[in-house]
Amino acid sequence: MTSATLRHAGWILRGNPLTAVAAAGVLLLTLVAIFGPSIVPYDPIVSDVPQALLPPSAAHLAGTDQLGRDVFSRLIVAARLDLAIAVSAVGISFAIGAVIGAVCGYAGGRLDRAVGRFVDVLMAFPLFVLAMAMVAALGNRVENIIIATAIINLPFYIRFARAEVNVRRNLGWVEAARACGDSHISVVLRFLLPNVLPAMAVQISLNLGWAILNAAGLSFIGLGVKPPTPEWGIMVAEGARFISTGKWWLVAFPGLALMLAVLCFNLLGDGVRDILDPRMRT
Amino acid sequence: MTQSLLALSDLYVTFSTRRGSVEAVRGVTLSLDEGEMLGLVGESGSGKSVTGFAITRLLDAAGRITAGDIRFRGQDITKLSGGDFRSLHGAAMAMIFQNPRAALNPIRAIGEQIADAISAHKRMPRSEARAQALELLRAVQIRDPEKRLSAYPHELSGGMCQRVMIAMAISCNPALLIADEPTTGLDVTTQKVVMDLLTSIAAERGMATILITHDLGLAARYCRRVVVMEQGRLVEEAQPKILFRAPRHPYTRRLVAASPTASSHIADLVPPDEERGRYVAVRAAPKPPSAPGTPPLLEVQKLAKRFDQGAAAVADFSMMISAGESVGLVGESGSGKSTTSRMICRLIDASEGEIVFEGQSIGHIPARDFHRSPFRKDIQIVFQDPNDSLNPRFTAFDCIAHPLLRLGGMRAGDALRRRVEECAQRVGLEVELLTRFPHQLSGGQKARVGIARAIACRPRLLVLDEPTAALDVSVQAVVLQLLDRLRREDDLAFLFVSHDLNVVRMMCDRTIVLRSGRIVEQGESRAMFDNPQTAYTRELVEAVPHIEAGLAATAT
Repeated sequence: MTSATLRHAGWILRGNPLTAVAAAGVLLLTLVAIFGPSIVPYDPIVSDVPQALLPPSAAHLAGTDQLGRDVFSRLIVAARLDLAIAVSAVGISFAIGAVIGAVCGYAGGRLDRAVGRFVDVLMAFPLFVLAMAMVAALGNRVENIIIATAIINLPFYIRFARAEVNVRRNLGWVEAARACGDSHISVVLRFLLPNVLPAMAVQISLNLGWAILNAAGLSFIGLGVKPPTPEWGIMVAEGARFISTGKWWLVAFPGLALMLAVLCFNLLGDGVRDILDPRMRT
Repeated sequence: MTQSLLALSDLYVTFSTRRGSVEAVRGVTLSLDEGEMLGLVGESGSGKSVTGFAITRLLDAAGRITAGDIRFRGQDITKLSGGDFRSLHGAAMAMIFQNPRAALNPIRAIGEQIADAISAHKRMPRSEARAQALELLRAVQIRDPEKRLSAYPHELSGGMCQRVMIAMAISCNPALLIADEPTTGLDVTTQKVVMDLLTSIAAERGMATILITHDLGLAARYCRRVVVMEQGRLVEEAQPKILFRAPRHPYTRRLVAASPTASSHIADLVPPDEERGRYVAVRAAPKPPSAPGTPPLLEVQKLAKRFDQGAAAVADFSMMISAGESVGLVGESGSGKSTTSRMICRLIDASEGEIVFEGQSIGHIPARDFHRSPFRKDIQIVFQDPNDSLNPRFTAFDCIAHPLLRLGGMRAGDALRRRVEECAQRVGLEVELLTRFPHQLSGGQKARVGIARAIACRPRLLVLDEPTAALDVSVQAVVLQLLDRLRREDDLAFLFVSHDLNVVRMMCDRTIVLRSGRIVEQGESRAMFDNPQTAYTRELVEAVPHIEAGLAATAT
């Protein structure tokens, strides 16, 4: 990052405080995911039954659950797992989807039509149900949640990259690259892909929020991460049993964490595009 | 003296931008009588369009009129409320835009759109509005108007769309019509038809017209009075005859000199300065005559291209270019000139035919693999629009270094840096600009980067695809001179693709006229344009608005 880029980012954030708030939120979430497990006040796994189901207090900021574990510590530790699932799933679908989409958008023709129909078929399924089916079939493991989430995200990246490359493939600088001695493949990878990244960054940011929700949703219905591992979806699922007895903190805090994480990623989207687009810089 | 229809006095328009406020129009005073046609001429950034938008109140949110007033029939319209202005707009003044296709709603039949424009100002039954729309289509001379009423914009040609725009603009019989570059982007023959139509309608209905254009020839041909704008100021106002024969302001002098005419020479386009000095020196050096019997640099035999749909885009195209020769390829849009140039450049494959370069057949190498051919660096291309011919994520340095790394076998380092700087100097690009990204460069600077990239590997044949079509005339003049100098310095051959006959006449020894993918006529440029043999070439030549032709017309 050059100083010009940073100055530009500063300008965008000043003009759009909501993006700044979202960026701060995402930064906080990232820091919590990295350092959280080493600074939490209580062990998130070990149960302490005498302390069970205590409401929020100075000792337990978000109360304790049915096994006496500190909800706040579990929330913090869960951030790492949820973020890791979301980032790797989105990373995989972005890497694969962008390349497939860019090649289709550039080449057109039969390949483009074939991939296009495959994407249509994929999108014809209810995506969450598709993810459920995949995790159920592959086995209840974190890797499989990541793979399932990556696959259901794939169509969006393929379509997006395809459209963005397609509008650029006849521009002068693409032909110029060929006249300068680049092959078709090199034009796609070294010229077109970098140019569609800013637009895709928006998609990535929106998708990260969605992927977190998806992973939490799978855990909530009992697929994916298993107890006692702290995970926001499981915490909501376990806490749901206690709502009727007024133990609201078991559900409210993980739910709030989920909502804030998704909200921050979504709000960040537009700001990211403005920051990365070189044409916005003057 | 009677009151004028429109009077601007000391008008200032300011835009607020990220870097503070920018004055786009600075103290423009002008007036327009009923039924008069006024030419408002200037280059990009001169404030001519902004002046038009200020009159019709179409300035976008960032622009404000900060001083002065605009009087329409004596009433200051800058102080009118939005509602009062809307009733004036359309009924009393109307505007025609540059890109007619973009200005029309693509999903609504044109008859409906014209009827909408009519009923926006007059309450009437829909059937009556449709009947009036039909009348208007007749007035703008659209063939089969009954059928066209239900046509959609994409079914019409660019010229037809502009006629529809004119029909909408005149639908409420406005007293003032503002035409912002109405024919830019249309072919010369279409341009002539549309402009003739516009002037005859304006004369018939007694409409005053402001013709905003960058084309001096066009203004000279159709306007009685021309005002020239530069950087938001009005620098000169006169009848075209006086303006073009004896321009007083230095800017007007430069502009008139830079506009190519039937008789201009490349050396005269630019006032004397360093670049011209370099140019004249090169031009004076005698060119060694090529030895008789040397094979031509490029020979093309019966080239043809068919796309999937079946119809041939190009057929039976044969030509030859010798080393150091400059050959023009002219034609209207859809004539196949771009397809031909890309086949010769080996960016797309030909369906039939043979391309021989320096005695070796290169037509059989698939375009997909041509980047590995040793001839890749010998055939280079300069693209039409400098704005989209540079990778937005490459600096000017990266753009010029790219072919050197790929084709010149160079590695990143000092030698590369020196070579790129040398190329930049050859095309007159300041070395400090090399670190900039394309959006930080002006149109002329981008054009120079594009040319530097093309000549970096010292090619033998340069294909120029409308290299100056997107540039202002004064920039075009400098770029043309630069290209001609480079050609003479390197003994480079040009295939110069253009729709601008005046430019081709100056730049090219020989010219080929292309129509619907076939060669109509070819020959020595000046002789061919002075005495065209085919009806089509004659039509092309006559449609070009010249300053001289304009003078002759207005003198009568």
